[in-house]
Amino acid sequence: MADEALFLLLHNEMVSGVYKSTEQGEVENGRCITKLENMGFRVGQGLIERFTKDTARFKDELDIMKFICKDFWTTVFKKQIDNLRTNHQGIYVLQDNKFRLLTQMSAGKQYLEHASKYLAFTCGLIRGGLSNLGIKSIVTAEVSSMPACKFQVMIQKL
Amino acid sequence: MGYNIGVRLIEDFLARSNVGRCHDFRETADVIAKVAFKMYLGITPSITNWSPAGDEFSLILENNPLVDFVELPDNHSSLIYSNLLCGVLRGALEMVQMAVEAKFVQDTLKGDGVTEIRMRFIRRIEDNLPAGEE
Repeated sequence: MADEALFLLLHNEMVSGVYKSTEQGEVENGRCITKLENMGFRVGQGLIERFTKDTARFKDELDIMKFICKDFWTTVFKKQIDNLRTNHQGIYVLQDNKFRLLTQMSAGKQYLEHASKYLAFTCGLIRGGLSNLGIKSIVTAEVSSMPACKFQVMIQKL
Repeated sequence: MGYNIGVRLIEDFLARSNVGRCHDFRETADVIAKVAFKMYLGITPSITNWSPAGDEFSLILENNPLVDFVELPDNHSSLIYSNLLCGVLRGALEMVQMAVEAKFVQDTLKGDGVTEIRMRFIRRIEDNLPAGEE
């Protein structure tokens, strides 16, 4: 129901809002990323509760990751993750060739350094979702050419 | 934040909705309530309390999707939680040459029965081309 455009616009404003509220500087940049990541975490926790309400119990870790790539991603970004790879030792790489939050930006190299701002929330989203499914993880994102990006999920063994 | 969203959202709205130019403020109100709110929030607020001059009205939101599962904590009791909506309305209308003022009069989060946004038409914005440009 809530339109996709609204999510994109709200996300843009959220990023610029967080950045505007602090001073410039290297330390501040990190702090903003953390803030966005934490917001994503909180939202991810909420979303996963709702999405998994009627699904069957997950078999294993891989099953959970598949759910994140398919159902979770489709609901939030209207498409599936294009490629999921794993080394079977707790590292998963999720590749999205046309990441929704980056498609509005120019595809050149010009804004590459700003891309991390727009990925922090999503990293948190994944981490929050996994955390509520009982998996502790560290999620990082990298962009080599827009609008494709990779999310690396490192599972923390308890 | 809402203002910036509105400024961009109007493009999306016009592209999608196919509505034409509005002839008066009443028509604008109708479009906002019946088309825009329905399209983006899935609700249709009712329009009431027209001022005699026809330049002010209220949007009554029976239920506001933004406040699902929200309660205001005691130390933020004066927070206007959904004020984003006002900014969106103001930003969007400004892009179609209407200066308006939007503010919350009632809010269900503050214990009122309904949520009411009061809209006031200020003036039509004339296109002013910068000097020296055609």
